[in-house]
Amino acid sequence: MSSAMLELILEATLDTLYMVAISGVISALAGIPLGVLLYVTRPAQVLAQPVLNGVLGIVTNVGRSIPFIILMVAIIPFTRGLVGTSIGTNAAAVPLTIAAIPFIARLVEGALNEINPGLVEAAQSMGATPWQIIHKVLLPEARGGIFTALTVTLVTLVSYSAMAGAVGGGGLGDLGIRYGYNRFNPTIMLITVAILVIMVQGFQSLGDYLVRKSDHK
Amino acid sequence: MIRLHNVSKTYQLKGRRDGDTRSIQALKQVDFHVPAGQIHGVIGLSGAGKSTLIRCVNLLERPTTGTVTVDGRELTGLSRQALNQARHGMGMIFQHFNLLTNRTVFANVALPLELMGMPRAEIRERVTPLLELVGLADKASQHPTQLSGGQKQRVAIARALASRPKVLLCDEATSALDPQTTGSILALLRDINQTLGLTILLITHEMEVVKSICHRVSLISDGELVEEAEVGDFFTSPGTQLGREFLNDFLKLEPPRALIERLEESPGPHTHPVVRLAFRGDAVAAPLVSRLARECGVDVSILQAKVESIQERTLGLMIAELMGPAGKTREALAYLESHDLQVEVLGHVQRDA
Repeated sequence: MSSAMLELILEATLDTLYMVAISGVISALAGIPLGVLLYVTRPAQVLAQPVLNGVLGIVTNVGRSIPFIILMVAIIPFTRGLVGTSIGTNAAAVPLTIAAIPFIARLVEGALNEINPGLVEAAQSMGATPWQIIHKVLLPEARGGIFTALTVTLVTLVSYSAMAGAVGGGGLGDLGIRYGYNRFNPTIMLITVAILVIMVQGFQSLGDYLVRKSDHK
Repeated sequence: MIRLHNVSKTYQLKGRRDGDTRSIQALKQVDFHVPAGQIHGVIGLSGAGKSTLIRCVNLLERPTTGTVTVDGRELTGLSRQALNQARHGMGMIFQHFNLLTNRTVFANVALPLELMGMPRAEIRERVTPLLELVGLADKASQHPTQLSGGQKQRVAIARALASRPKVLLCDEATSALDPQTTGSILALLRDINQTLGLTILLITHEMEVVKSICHRVSLISDGELVEEAEVGDFFTSPGTQLGREFLNDFLKLEPPRALIERLEESPGPHTHPVVRLAFRGDAVAAPLVSRLARECGVDVSILQAKVESIQERTLGLMIAELMGPAGKTREALAYLESHDLQVEVLGHVQRDA
């Protein structure tokens, strides 16, 4: 294989990692708080706001029900307004982030739902404020579940990023389609897939390690 | 120290289909008072409203009507902030301990102090002696999953004491523990009550708990307090049918099964009465059985007997068959009743059976 080809593969790998990292970090920063909000505003929860909870629930569901490929094209004007272009890795990171936020939020909400309600009651009996309950009880107790949620999200982002690549986002998906599929180069196709597999394995192992390390259940 | 005045709690349940609301009254006009330094037990069957009652004391459940006053402050009239402040003065422990799994033993005990905004150095000074008090100083850096049930409850007790409360609420604190561990937790609670002068309100369904540490006891049934008494009185002469049922269940003094089958409700021409006698105080010591034989000419066949010592008072219980002619046994019953004994005729058995 030519060194030009190797360089191409390396570049595509870094592009994918870049897209996953950017969208992963931003969606976690937005999705975790949204997930917490979805949980604590439930009726009978520490910040019960049934109306707000209903609205957030609907918005989250809408976000989750739009197929990624459609979301990507539908928000092109928004993407262009935000990063100035609709092609390239930065442009791909926008729909990736938007798709991942409700995804993380629901997973985090589920992780919080696993917490024994008695712990919240105990904290209330000690005079904890809702904010103290969130950051001293809910988030630390759901740490393992949140790491699991982030791992699932990263893995999903890897496969979404390949989809984004196909419509001009760059990265391994783009490489696989252009060289592997359009130019009938099975070696490139295989290498692309292999790198994606390794990447997913890596994320999963890292996630599992963090869950084990952080959770004492 | 703890005063509930006219406290009622009604839950509204929305019907799933027709949207009707059904209401369930979990507490009905409860009035009750626990003086400082007392250990007060509330006993009742499941669903009687015990949990709601204790949760109303620190307002984990807000009463529908009535007022709750703890340490001279009316909690029901406080703002959220002031209520949180007031809750620092009340500790609570739970049936299932409710320790944070991702915190060490030390950090669990430190939690209420963190919530109060205490500086780290001060927290350390406060937590270490508490862990020593509950005998877990060597477990400070372990996580709750590594502890036994009894140890977890000890951590929970240390945590409840961290803010130096005046009141400790115990919600079925020993119900998930085996009898031996229950004993050691109760001993710890009694110790805390004596050394720290803590007022303790506990709810339980176990007479053993009431017997071993409570000063006074209330009986709750269907959301109402139906009886309240000193523990010694409650165990010797409960004033309600439910109280008697709890007591009999606790003492396990029921006639033998074979006898129950032969019991007839009304006396026949050839029957002997079977009675349950409860003695207390001086009557325990009196040689009643031999006196019955001598003075009434009735033979007493003891089927079961038990003597319990409850807070320095003695309680004797006996199930006996009074054997003699009908006139004599009637005389014997009158004799027993005149001697400050509680007599309950359980039934009659055929003489020669």
